[in-house]
Amino acid sequence: MEYLKKYPKLFQWLFLLVVFFALCFAIDVPETYKFIRGQAEFVKDPNQSVYFFLGKEVRYYAFDVFWRLPPLLGWLPIWINDSLFFLMNEWMPMEFWNEDTQEFKTRPILLQISRNLTAFMTFLIELIREILLGGLETIVAFTSWDFIDAYPWLELPGLPWTIVAAGAAILSYKLSGKGLALFAGLTMIYISIFGQWKPSMQTLSFILVAAPLSFIFGLGLGIAAYKSKRVEKALYPILLVMQTMPQYAVLVPALVLFGVGDHAAVIITMVVAVPPMILLTILGLRAIPPEVIEAGRMSGCTNWQLMLKVLIPTARRDILIGVNQVIMVCFSMAVISAFIGAKGLGFNLLLALNQLNIGLALEAGLCISLIAILLDKMSLAWANKQTDYFGNLTFFQRNKNVIFFAASFVIGIILAYVGTFIFKGSFNYLFEIPHNKGISTADFWNKGVDWIFDTFFVYIKAFNTWLIQDVLQPMRALYLRMPAVATLVLAVGAGYLIGGIRSALVVAALTLFIALSPWWDRALVTLYMATFGVVISCLIGFTVGTLCFQNKKSAAFMLGVCDIFQTFPSFVYLIPVMMLFGITDTSVLIAVIVYATIPATRYTIEGLRSVPVGLHEAATMSGVNKFQRLTKIEFPLAFPHMMLGLNQTIVFALFMVIIGAFIGTEDLGQYILKALSDKNGAGIGLTLGICVAFIGLIFDNLIRTWVEKRKKHLGIA
Amino acid sequence: MSETVIKCESVYKIFGENAKKMLEESNGNVDAKTFQEKGCIVGVNNASFEVAKGEMLVVMGLSGSGKSTLLRCISRLTDATGGKIFIEGQDLLELNNKELIELRRSKMGMVFQSFALLPHKTVVENIAFPLQIKGTKTEESINRAMEMVKLVGLDGRENYFPRELSGGQQQRVGIARSLAVEPDIWFLDEPFSALDPLIRKEMQDEFLRLQEKLQKTIMFITHDFDEALKLADRIAIMKDGIIEQLDTPANIVLNPATEYVRKFTEEVPREKVLIIEDVMDTSSNDNLGDLKVSKDEIIENVAEKILTQEKIVAVVDSGNNIVGSIKPSKIIDTVFGGRKNGS
Ligand SMILES: Nc1ncnc2c1ncn2[C@@H]1O[C@H](COP(=O)(O)OP(=O)(O)OP(=O)(O)O)[C@@H](O)[C@H]1O
Ligand SMILES: [Mg+2]
Repeated sequence: MEYLKKYPKLFQWLFLLVVFFALCFAIDVPETYKFIRGQAEFVKDPNQSVYFFLGKEVRYYAFDVFWRLPPLLGWLPIWINDSLFFLMNEWMPMEFWNEDTQEFKTRPILLQISRNLTAFMTFLIELIREILLGGLETIVAFTSWDFIDAYPWLELPGLPWTIVAAGAAILSYKLSGKGLALFAGLTMIYISIFGQWKPSMQTLSFILVAAPLSFIFGLGLGIAAYKSKRVEKALYPILLVMQTMPQYAVLVPALVLFGVGDHAAVIITMVVAVPPMILLTILGLRAIPPEVIEAGRMSGCTNWQLMLKVLIPTARRDILIGVNQVIMVCFSMAVISAFIGAKGLGFNLLLALNQLNIGLALEAGLCISLIAILLDKMSLAWANKQTDYFGNLTFFQRNKNVIFFAASFVIGIILAYVGTFIFKGSFNYLFEIPHNKGISTADFWNKGVDWIFDTFFVYIKAFNTWLIQDVLQPMRALYLRMPAVATLVLAVGAGYLIGGIRSALVVAALTLFIALSPWWDRALVTLYMATFGVVISCLIGFTVGTLCFQNKKSAAFMLGVCDIFQTFPSFVYLIPVMMLFGITDTSVLIAVIVYATIPATRYTIEGLRSVPVGLHEAATMSGVNKFQRLTKIEFPLAFPHMMLGLNQTIVFALFMVIIGAFIGTEDLGQYILKALSDKNGAGIGLTLGICVAFIGLIFDNLIRTWVEKRKKHLGIA
Repeated sequence: MSETVIKCESVYKIFGENAKKMLEESNGNVDAKTFQEKGCIVGVNNASFEVAKGEMLVVMGLSGSGKSTLLRCISRLTDATGGKIFIEGQDLLELNNKELIELRRSKMGMVFQSFALLPHKTVVENIAFPLQIKGTKTEESINRAMEMVKLVGLDGRENYFPRELSGGQQQRVGIARSLAVEPDIWFLDEPFSALDPLIRKEMQDEFLRLQEKLQKTIMFITHDFDEALKLADRIAIMKDGIIEQLDTPANIVLNPATEYVRKFTEEVPREKVLIIEDVMDTSSNDNLGDLKVSKDEIIENVAEKILTQEKIVAVVDSGNNIVGSIKPSKIIDTVFGGRKNGS
């Protein structure tokens, strides 16, 4: 009894667990139940039950409701699909002027908007692409095909790679200094020499459109939300869902709305990249001390000046994190959107992975990662740039960057021209090194992989088998064995214990949505993979973070490493693991672990760092040793922040699990991938995406509520 | 007095959802307690006063008494809930956005309690900021800002960021920024409270010297009575949003209008506030010594001289006519008497 009074929460949790397990044991698996495959797969079978809703027929196998809930939301994907189709093809037809045929044409408004948007995006991408690589679409866009036939020399020639490399280096120098300039130059030279120039520039042109647009939209919407409570309220739920929505899932509806190609990829990238930008903008603007704003007003700022010169710069730190996120997402999407026909490195990467050509994949992946890091560093340097008013510079000093660029421009052109004589009859290597005609280390890597495989095959295989048979399979079976009701009770109970009625209701709604969808089993598989990944990631991340924290230098170093790793597009993580473990669940899980360890480590270090120095000193003065200080003071205080890290770890893990479908898993991701090639896949893809997002949101809600309470308790809210 | 620059007529500022409605219903009789029960916080309660050109009004009061809020109303950083405010005869609340911006750009400067520097700008950029907002050329504004940097003694640190400066240094940047546009009206919200005593005294002297030269109209908030005495032409004492008394320093000490003001001024060293005229004996007296003191001297400054006299000291006006007398014992009474019955 005494214990009960002392630790009431502990007993409540124990009670919850007891109920959960009791339910698990009490509810048997129905004999006819076929895991995963048995559910609504849209095959007709006389044993199926049927119901109609909103005119849609939904078929499913009925089981004991305690075991699995019937898919009462089974109509949703079909309905989304039909609505999309209706909106695109029948809703609000209007007359539109057609330039090409010179006549009015009737079209549904949404289709027209989509076409215009598509044309606009395509134009932007092509413009940059043709500046970098040459082509004639841009000129055509302003004139016509007949015109270009008459004046074929008007075609944009494209820049020789030497000029682009020099330009990147000079720009980096101007923004930051020698270090970045060297990095930029080497990156560009590497890309060129290894024959990745064309795909790299294609990807770059895609990024140079997607990233600024995402930035502008995100910033704009963020400001709008900051200024108006109503906008914020309207945006908030969308932002929440989008934050945990796997990027795959948005591909499918985009396919329906915008078709296939780079433009669709840009739009989709914006859909994914804008929400974090909005959130961070709001966060940054909110944190501005009111007196700074007042100081701006007293200086006589107009509203515009206040926004541009006071608010945005003052919120710079968070906005910059937003920019970093945007770039990260853009590169991630640069790969993923290869599924819907975006050209560039991503496409090559996927192709190479598909052919199991690890060497090629590695090279493409390295290129993407290098460009990502470069752009990230450049944008950071740009935002932190300072003006020097007192330099007393000469004309040459002030304009030296422009002069250097002009010089390298001329030299580049001369080189390219000279190249036409040197490389007569073959490729002009001083102009552009064609794809796969550069140096390639792919063979080397492939041989390396083969060697590793031959040498360590026995061990790898043994490890693999052990992991799958003795750890993963049983764990998976356990998860699948959970009756729907027991899971619901567990989730709702946890919600209630952590955040009271409110949390319980939110969690219940989210869980019910998944349980009532036709993919409960697959959601459980997703969950099992994510859990496995998260547990190991946290163990590694918290340990590594704590160890690195012991020393200022190693902490800073580790944060830097996290920064760089975070900039890698998620797909890149699949390359090395496939190299070692081939196409198995193990590969996916290891990728998940590596990817999700980043936030776990980062937040651990940041959390420990945020413990006030005064407390440190006070603790040291009271004669506490290092270990005691860690366990008694630093951990408890840093724990809330570390829990936010856990939250991120879960989101990262879920993302990677879903991407893992590419390797072949049996979870929700697999279905999303399938939906991509399905004519009616949009609804399914979106619903699946929402399911995954909701898994993330359940944990998000629980963790955040807990953290808030804990912070209040510790007085560091 | 000369022309009025700032004029407030029953200004109210009440925070809360339907503050305006509640104020109308209360007919101007705002009671902080009843308002608080209904979820409104009273910031400024029925403030009426005038500030003349070149005058320095010091606002005092405990934390949360509404000093900053009053200043914000007059600079229209918040809109007053009720009442009228005139700046040089213009109705402040009637100004449209453009006129308001113009007014701030040309006439007003403000120093903030928490410095409110722009974190992304260096010292010199911060100071040049109001000029650049006005559209002054970069070079000109930077030159002007450098002058201000020198004025507040921060030369050599012009390229530092605010985060690299101490609190006192930051506040000096704030002061320099508010002076860069040469405002006529200058609002200062506890400008010196972050400074150490030595620099504070230096800044106060500097401030007085500047004021002598520039003759700005100033509203100055402070917690420090010594500071108030040193600087103020008049002092306003606030409590719970109400201006309890607004008067010259001497009057506030000698004739406190309310119990609160009396308590507030109890600890004030009288010899620093009062001048000879306040305590002299005006009845004619023939038994005067050789020493003569001006009636406008602050007691503290002449106390030692008077106390060394054995005879009664003559008090003269600016024309050297004898207008009264003062006994050395009266000085002792004034200096120690006031405090005796207080504590
Ligand atoms: N934006 C606001 N919303 C609600 N209440 C406010 C707001 N600003 C100030 N108040 C309240 O108005 C009252 C007066 O605040 P003000 O800042 O004017 O005090 P102050 O006299 O300047 O105090 P200090 O000496 O601490 O600066 C306080 O009770 C404060 O809580
Ligand atoms: Mg204040």
